[in-house]
Amino acid sequence: MALLDVSDLTVTFQTNDGPVNAVNGLSFDVAEKETLAIVGESGSGKSQTAFAIMGLLAKNGGATGRVEFDGADLLSLSKRQLNKVRSNQIGMIFQDPMTSLNPYIRVSDQMAEVLQLHKGLSKRDAIAEAVQMLDAVRIPDAKARISMFPHEFSGGMRQRIMIAMALLCRPRLLIADEPTTALDVTVQAQIMKLLGEIREEFNTAVILITHDLGIVADFCDRTLVLYGGQIMEEGPTGDVFADPAHPYTKGLLKAVPRLDRDTETLQTIAGEPPDMSHLPAGCPFSPRCEIARDYCSTRPLVLEPLGDNRTRACHASLAEMKQEMQDG
Amino acid sequence: MFAYIVRRLAVAIPTILILVVISFLLMYSAPGGPFNSERPLPPEVLANLEAKYGLDQPMWRQMISYVWGVVTQFDFGPSFQYTDRSVNDVIAQGFPVTLTYGLWSAFAALVVGVSLGVAAAVRQNSVLDYLAVGITIGAQALPNFVMAPILVLVFTLWLGWLPGGGWNGGQWEYVVMPVIALSTSYMASIARITRSSMLEVLNSNFIRTAQAKGLPMRRVILRHALKPALLPVLSYLGPAMVGMITGSVVVDIIFSTGGIGQFFVNSAFNRDYAVIMGITLLVGVLTITFNLLVDILYAWIDPKIRY
Repeated sequence: MALLDVSDLTVTFQTNDGPVNAVNGLSFDVAEKETLAIVGESGSGKSQTAFAIMGLLAKNGGATGRVEFDGADLLSLSKRQLNKVRSNQIGMIFQDPMTSLNPYIRVSDQMAEVLQLHKGLSKRDAIAEAVQMLDAVRIPDAKARISMFPHEFSGGMRQRIMIAMALLCRPRLLIADEPTTALDVTVQAQIMKLLGEIREEFNTAVILITHDLGIVADFCDRTLVLYGGQIMEEGPTGDVFADPAHPYTKGLLKAVPRLDRDTETLQTIAGEPPDMSHLPAGCPFSPRCEIARDYCSTRPLVLEPLGDNRTRACHASLAEMKQEMQDG
Repeated sequence: MFAYIVRRLAVAIPTILILVVISFLLMYSAPGGPFNSERPLPPEVLANLEAKYGLDQPMWRQMISYVWGVVTQFDFGPSFQYTDRSVNDVIAQGFPVTLTYGLWSAFAALVVGVSLGVAAAVRQNSVLDYLAVGITIGAQALPNFVMAPILVLVFTLWLGWLPGGGWNGGQWEYVVMPVIALSTSYMASIARITRSSMLEVLNSNFIRTAQAKGLPMRRVILRHALKPALLPVLSYLGPAMVGMITGSVVVDIIFSTGGIGQFFVNSAFNRDYAVIMGITLLVGVLTITFNLLVDILYAWIDPKIRY
């Protein structure tokens, strides 16, 4: 049985222009110790998916569907029950390490309160364990530095602290929401390396949310491509990268700059990221799709199995797509 | 930190001197003098009086001897109005009264204002929020010279619970209505500041982190959100504290409390120069002190501020 089983998840925000769906009937699952990448550009609904799982949606947002974690539907849990799952069973790392730690509280206190709350440790024991965890994420001189305030650490160090804090209770699932987006490229690589080691060491399943395909390739077992709050395609990472089954995935992969090929310009996908308040009734990608048919924007998308554990949602058949996208 | 405080106190001295000079200039540029009345005094008497109080001297001389008296003997001079009393006596009599109801007002404004603001922010757009916003707008719109008579009408004349005026050594019955009349508008401002800054803090990323840690909402608010949300309240509180503990003319007059607010206005009407100066200096010193206190508290709350 899957550790996390999301089915028909829809996230809706009440805005001044009426209700807007950020995520539309999304279904996926994550097995124990598996790493799933959720890939998409800004506004694809990938972060809102994570917030919905954790019950962290903004006040005007609401989620429907089912999010089963270890057999319990997180969406129908009471606040008190949900708080027992948060951090204890599911840890989360956020996009911006510069603002995700409380600037007014010492790192030691911020970390210790997690263990005091979930494990009932004394403050002293909690801090001792927090120091060990900071050692594990390779923060030098952790014992002395733990009593500092967040602003005394660099961005990369702060993200290490966030990772250590998320792992304190040895959660079975770690959700990393663009953990490297706000960091320098060299620091990005260090953080991804660290996440990989930590994942092995603690046997944690990981959902990695990112728009950076470069870090997905060698890190994630499976990849889910999201556009306009819907799945475009999903499958084992190697297969999706080697043989993309959706025009959007093809476009994304082409847009990754290659060092081994001599190209004059950066490839892009034409058009703007989707405006979630004015999505077409059919395929959300159809306005930007180079092989779109007349009916693509009106006929609802269906997710179809493709064999080899893969699924895709496109009105053009695989053969049609391959033929029409010649340079693919 | 210690060096910072010493530096601030050193800067306070020229600040106060400038305050003295400006107050002197303003006082003397106002027409009339302490001994002008409807029936003019005979010129010889007036000359004698002015000589006695040193008013026949040039202004810079008066200023220097005033400052000298204050610095060497802590003597703020005689009152021109109350012939048998010095300014020290006037302040010693009036300041404890305003200090008492002022501190209680500050306490009430802070406790009620912050609670109301936090509750409104946490339950944004609920009935409670609208109620709190309504109360604060009403409280700010209602001037205390309207509110004070209404309080007397209700609690003294109709209900007969509280005495309508007097001080009586500061017994609680006499303090309640001055505190309500004085603190209400400050309370409203504090509630509004708290609400808006709390709303901002609750939207910040580190609050989301705190929630993701599984902390109960109460702890998220009290431990993670309250401190930063109170920073703007703190900067408002410095000047507001001074305003409250130096009292209010309206409160002093309507409730006959005998605080220095009343003396201040009377002395200005009567050109009682020494009393004006004395109270101005008191307010000045208090303002400097409270601003310094606020800055020290700021550094204590926000670890990024180091002096």
